[in-house]
Amino acid sequence: MLFRRRRALACRQAVELMTDYLEGALPRRDQARFEAHLAECPHCSEYLAQIRDVIAAGGHLEPDDLPPEAVDDLVTLYRTWRTGG
Amino acid sequence: MRDDDADLVHRLRAGDEAAFAALVRRYQAQLVRLASTFVPSRAVAEEAVQETWLGVVRGIERFEGRASVRTWLFRILVNQARTAGVREHRSIPLDLGDEAAVPPGRFDGSGEWAAPPAPWTDEVEARLDATALAGRLADLLPELPPAQRQVFTLRDVEGMSAAEVCEVLDLTEGNQRVLLHRARSRLRGMLEAQMGKV
Repeated sequence: MLFRRRRALACRQAVELMTDYLEGALPRRDQARFEAHLAECPHCSEYLAQIRDVIAAGGHLEPDDLPPEAVDDLVTLYRTWRTGG
Repeated sequence: MRDDDADLVHRLRAGDEAAFAALVRRYQAQLVRLASTFVPSRAVAEEAVQETWLGVVRGIERFEGRASVRTWLFRILVNQARTAGVREHRSIPLDLGDEAAVPPGRFDGSGEWAAPPAPWTDEVEARLDATALAGRLADLLPELPPAQRQVFTLRDVEGMSAAEVCEVLDLTEGNQRVLLHRARSRLRGMLEAQMGKV
């Protein structure tokens, strides 16, 4: 357990729970405590928003363009593989 | 799993060249992207992917369809890339150790923020555009330790589920989550530093 039961969550602990929270992996009581902390802490709320921004940015990464000859080259190789090359 | 993946595999079993080409078009870029997290050069990464396709063609008879085509493909790739990584002396055993999401100096003695994160908003208080951040993020990914980069790439870039990532990378759910947490934390910190907002 990263925090004591009788005390509210500290920011330093909250930042370590961000991924568990987003994954839905926090036990219900810890999740409630985490959300209660966020409700009172604009800094940790901003931090969570930044983690979400990182995730969203990741989803916007385009793979490098595939040069058309890459497919052709592999198909040519495929023919040799199929004939037992 | 996309239905047409299974269809392509079915046709590939019958030696359908167009099905092979379709699979390549669908997955080549993603495979190279993941391979690049295991080996130091793009050329070696592309070789590992080429070996992967060879493995697919040779192993297609044995593919039973219990895993999705994508999972199967990426597992072959990971095996190839890890082998290539060993050859290139890049294989680093997984050692999770300790890593704080934020340097402890950012907090005061009672664990509250001493140097809180400045908002990532523009002049009108809107969140910064994800596509703008994406450009910066692309340059920062190679700075991550390989295992963190692999998990982040598969989870947050390729959009794979946690379960599939665990299968592809042969990780426990717990380890996968720790690596994801650290990757996201590091990237946030690097972006923050880059934006001069520390």
